[in-house]
Amino acid sequence: MQREVAATRDFSRRSLTRLLRDYGIAIALLVEIILFAQFSPYFLTAENLVNITLQVSITAIIAVGMTFVILTAGIDLSVGALVALSGVIATSFLKSVGSFPVALMIAMLGGLGVGALAGFIAGVFITRFNITPFIVTLAIMTISRGIAFMYTDGRPIWDLPPEFAFLGSGRVAGIPIPTLAMMFVYGIAYVVLNQTRFGRYVYAVGGNKEAARLSGINTNSVILWVYVISGVLAALSGILLSSRMNSGQPNAGVMYELDVIAAVVVGGTSLFGGRGSIIGTFLGAMLIGILRNGLNLVNVNSYVQMVVLGVVILLAVMLDQLKKRS
Amino acid sequence: MSPLLHMHSIRKQYPGVLALSDVNFELRSGEVHCLLGENGAGKSTLMKILSGALKKDGGSILVEGKEVAITSPHDAQALGIGMIYQDFKLVPDLTVAENILLGREPQKGNSPFIDYKRMRETARETLSLLGEEIPVMARVRKLSVAQRQLVEIAKALSNKARILAMDEPSAALTEKELKNLFAVIRRLKTEGVGIIYVSHRLEEIFEIGDRITILRDGNVVHSCAVSEVDRRSLVRWMVGRELEHEYPKTNLQRGEEILRVENLCAGMLRGIHLTLYRSEILGLAGLVGAGRSELARVLFGADPFQSGKIFLEGKEIQPRSPREAIDLGIGLLTEDRNQYGLIMHMSVRENVTLSNLRDVMNGWVLNRVQENRVVRKYAGELRIKTPTVEQDVENLSGGNRQKVVLARWLFTRSKLLIFDEPTSGIDVGVKYEIYQLINQLAKDGLGVIVISSDLPELLGISDRIAVMHEGTLKEIFSRAEATQEKVMTLATGGIAEVESAA
Repeated sequence: MQREVAATRDFSRRSLTRLLRDYGIAIALLVEIILFAQFSPYFLTAENLVNITLQVSITAIIAVGMTFVILTAGIDLSVGALVALSGVIATSFLKSVGSFPVALMIAMLGGLGVGALAGFIAGVFITRFNITPFIVTLAIMTISRGIAFMYTDGRPIWDLPPEFAFLGSGRVAGIPIPTLAMMFVYGIAYVVLNQTRFGRYVYAVGGNKEAARLSGINTNSVILWVYVISGVLAALSGILLSSRMNSGQPNAGVMYELDVIAAVVVGGTSLFGGRGSIIGTFLGAMLIGILRNGLNLVNVNSYVQMVVLGVVILLAVMLDQLKKRS
Repeated sequence: MSPLLHMHSIRKQYPGVLALSDVNFELRSGEVHCLLGENGAGKSTLMKILSGALKKDGGSILVEGKEVAITSPHDAQALGIGMIYQDFKLVPDLTVAENILLGREPQKGNSPFIDYKRMRETARETLSLLGEEIPVMARVRKLSVAQRQLVEIAKALSNKARILAMDEPSAALTEKELKNLFAVIRRLKTEGVGIIYVSHRLEEIFEIGDRITILRDGNVVHSCAVSEVDRRSLVRWMVGRELEHEYPKTNLQRGEEILRVENLCAGMLRGIHLTLYRSEILGLAGLVGAGRSELARVLFGADPFQSGKIFLEGKEIQPRSPREAIDLGIGLLTEDRNQYGLIMHMSVRENVTLSNLRDVMNGWVLNRVQENRVVRKYAGELRIKTPTVEQDVENLSGGNRQKVVLARWLFTRSKLLIFDEPTSGIDVGVKYEIYQLINQLAKDGLGVIVISSDLPELLGISDRIAVMHEGTLKEIFSRAEATQEKVMTLATGGIAEVESAA
């Protein structure tokens, strides 16, 4: 009898941990939404929900690139600085070259190109010279931020063509363009990670690099590409952000790398590589975004918000550990 | 007199599996008690319970007749139970002395400072108990595997271990090192230490064991003195059925030349000449470090070569990466499949198709339906035991993991397959299946190279046997000519009195 009770208890505990393990973030997200809906009547309005996606979009897009990088057991600290650099490059191009539609194209290409180049350089140092991603991207971060300030003399770039603001503030069918961009990027990333050879290789390289190489995967090329992807997506966010601010700010995106890494880790992707998902990252980014939004709505001051965010990150990582133990 | 250790009706329940049911195990002072059984039979579980790494669900443990509670590794150590694991628990960047006395550093009086002089002396004394000369100030990183093992043993002894459990201690040792280990074990026996010896290699058990206990599916199926059993009955008890021959072998007519290596020099390899034919199994014999794996890696494009020529089906090739070698039709089953073969937390499906995703693509996207079909086909043909192909390979047994790697190479349509230690860490019963599969590959017209340190195995399955020593290829014997003595003499650097010159 006693044993039976113990067995049931054991069973229910096990099924609870399994539930937490497999759907942990989704459940946390749900709990969060229910709680905020209780405390703020405005929280569940369509306007606020759309707002949340808009607020989240910038870091969520970068988090996609970071997910690729972290899945290969790497890290990219340069993304915040690349937001600034690509923003100032794009806005300056916008002002200096030709009339609007052409100028926008060139500005976009310039911004994304600088992101791709930075990612490429990081990838080369990591793969050819075997330096750890942490150090390489730390250096790229400092260099990029420095160049952003040098390029602008430390002053924001103002007086942009009014059409440019549409990118960051415009809406199509009521949905903000950054939100649409985010959905688009996540859709593509989902397909790439789950249904293409490259995606499979990303997981394999992160799971066991040497075994992946001996299975015929060009591991260096996979690693190089994830940093290029990360750089390009950081640049895309940088352009959207500069459009929303209607200016190119050399000090934009400070500390974004940490927000982004937090979203990815909260989303269940392992910093040791090989495990994680793009859906997890999306939920992670939403969890953090909703937390910020909800705490604002219920008038929790920003200092307390920082503490709460830190606690949430710790809980998420703890959940990840439970996952490994079971 | 009560035995040194008595584990009495030990039970351990995992979710869904009874890992141990009512297991009795007894160890006397001064004896070597071998613990045998296939993977999953419960050996590791029993050892983990003894070492405090796992909690038992029933039964009792008595040390020298007194019931003890072991709830942590610390408890076990305090009771004089020492564990020597396969992957040693040493800190590579500390010295030998620091490792031996880790956690029990002698201090200068009551000061917080470590008395390094006394530490060195204690370490030296313990090692000399083993009859070993290992510099106590050397960093463990610089030591050979055999030396590390001895340091691990010394560590346990300095901790006053009277019960020493060794998990597959011979796995990475050369013949000579193994002899040395046995000498150490015999010395420990005379000191009254009781030794639990876990191994897959039956030869060793007859050489060093006093008693054996055989586990199967969590039960003790037999326990007796080693002198009372023979090899055949041991295998029968372990597997639970009779194996007809240990090595199946079908004689095949060899086909055209598939591989020719001429005067190959690469790294430690010097002037290697060899030819391999379709439907032929070529065994590569030699000691650990003779250059066999190195040769395999060069042929597979994983390492570069400096000079010489490689011909595949008569065409000269220069594989510069595994990818190129794979595209040419070469496959390598690495020695350490867990580290260099498989992505452990990817599924069976993902591991099988990894090297040839091209064939399961629909343009840019993977065709999951086709991928599943392919993987299920191989899982069936190779009899990979797994609930579904979505299972992570880390949940599979050694033999099934090996089959997953083999499936991968079959799916790349390899013409030439190189097996590096194909049966290391694999159960007797599954070994037989692997041999059958290798035979089948030869029958299908592949060229097969097998590297193995298990000489009877190599002699049993190969058509010809090439012997390597210090980076050179000494001799190639036909199946009829090859004997253990001839091969061993050449492999250890001796000169064989073979009439090959005639």
